[in-house]
Amino acid sequence: MAKIELSFYPGCSSQKGATSSNYLVSAQTMCEELDIQLNEIPDWNCCGASIGYGGGGELPRLTLSARNIALSEEHNAGQEIVATCAACWLSTREAKERLHEDEQMFKDANAALSEAGLKYKGESNVRHMVEVLVEDIGFDGIKSKVKKPLEGIKIAGYIGCQTNRPFGIAGESFENPLYLDKIVESVGADSIPTYEKKVQCCGGALAFSEPEKSQEMIKGIIEAAYDNGADMIVTPCPLCQANVEIYQDNINETYGTKFNMPVVYYSTLMSVAFGRSGADAALNGQVIPAKQLEEIANK
Amino acid sequence: MSDLNTAMIEKYRSSFLKEVEANVEEGEWVKMCMQCGVCSGSCPLGKHWEHPPQEIFMMIRAGKREDVLSSDSMWMCTSCYNCIARCPRGLPITHIMHGLAVYSKRLGLTPQKQPTAEFSQIFWDNLMKKGRVNELKLGLSMYFKDGFGQGIKNAMANQKLGQNMMKAKRMNAMEFFGGHSVKDLSGFQKIIKKAQEIEAGNIKEFK
Repeated sequence: MAKIELSFYPGCSSQKGATSSNYLVSAQTMCEELDIQLNEIPDWNCCGASIGYGGGGELPRLTLSARNIALSEEHNAGQEIVATCAACWLSTREAKERLHEDEQMFKDANAALSEAGLKYKGESNVRHMVEVLVEDIGFDGIKSKVKKPLEGIKIAGYIGCQTNRPFGIAGESFENPLYLDKIVESVGADSIPTYEKKVQCCGGALAFSEPEKSQEMIKGIIEAAYDNGADMIVTPCPLCQANVEIYQDNINETYGTKFNMPVVYYSTLMSVAFGRSGADAALNGQVIPAKQLEEIANK
Repeated sequence: MSDLNTAMIEKYRSSFLKEVEANVEEGEWVKMCMQCGVCSGSCPLGKHWEHPPQEIFMMIRAGKREDVLSSDSMWMCTSCYNCIARCPRGLPITHIMHGLAVYSKRLGLTPQKQPTAEFSQIFWDNLMKKGRVNELKLGLSMYFKDGFGQGIKNAMANQKLGQNMMKAKRMNAMEFFGGHSVKDLSGFQKIIKKAQEIEAGNIKEFK
């Protein structure tokens, strides 16, 4: 496989000591194995995520992403931008499209950027890491790297919202995307293509501001995974991962359930299946340990 | 009532729809709604909206300015994009709801203590300080937004969750003393300040 070089936008939650620092570790491991070189965008900033709009409005919010794209175009010229976080990807791609459609907005964003000597062109492609996996590496490409198939583990593929809508992955439906199930199969585990909560909202940022309403939805996501006989849930989204994993105690307390369902990233599965250590797969970053993956990694 | 709100009532006395088209993000799409209700039926928090999106669109056209802008409905949006994906006419509903929420906030009409409105501002202020989100301070700001006593209560209630996250090294107490930042912080802040000035100017000039 030829080496793939990408301009990488890791995002706030992936930083050391932040909620999805385990995602970054496993994504880096996965990319090493797949010969993908990630060139971090120098001095990137927050994208505003899906909740910053209320404080930021339209132009300031779009300008956040315009700054990142401008930095990428200056320092990682000619490389496609790739994000691992759903909100980072969505905000960046959304900003690019809006600035493309709206000439005034394009001028205004550039007027703002010129305050720090930056220039936005908007010529870079903005992709999610799963697009790179599905479109550039391919399921067979993934399969060919597997050293330790994740045999006998049944995994519910939970894509969530923002990796799936409004852009999604080319050729996949919004209502029943199947690529995550195919990734699960590619690493030798059992998928659940009929997992009915695969694109259900977890509440997103409202898990903080409206915890009761959000936890009711999270409960449904976990319950359906149990009903389908899943051993664990896999997701491509950092906020989905955190929301579905870390509130299980609270949900158990509220609803009298006994949830203890590990929630991992696709990159966790791939790192283990590619034969890397538990530390390289960031299994130590689980709040609810993924014991079956630990056993395979320790073999 | 804020001065800007009074000015906007004066300016658009005859048409709330025109006001929305001029001042709300993606507001020019509102008139395209055909009232099918798919957005309302698709919203994960649909049952919690006083007026679901379909109703909001009709109310805008009916000139129900006060009812729309002082509603907390738009703040129920989780940004799941179900409505956008399913709208037969391709309305960017998520963005319109965000736009209405922001506009209501700008005019001072958002209900007091609306938790998502508060969180949204806390999040924005947090990211503006360093150019990157400081998750620890974000959490603490949310806990303590209603005063010290309530903050301690909230922190105690979530103690185990915090310990779990620290143990997994996905939360770091040291973030309290600074934390991650962009290097060119002054450049970053200048850029965003300029963008805010341009946006505020656009609304004041009734563009």
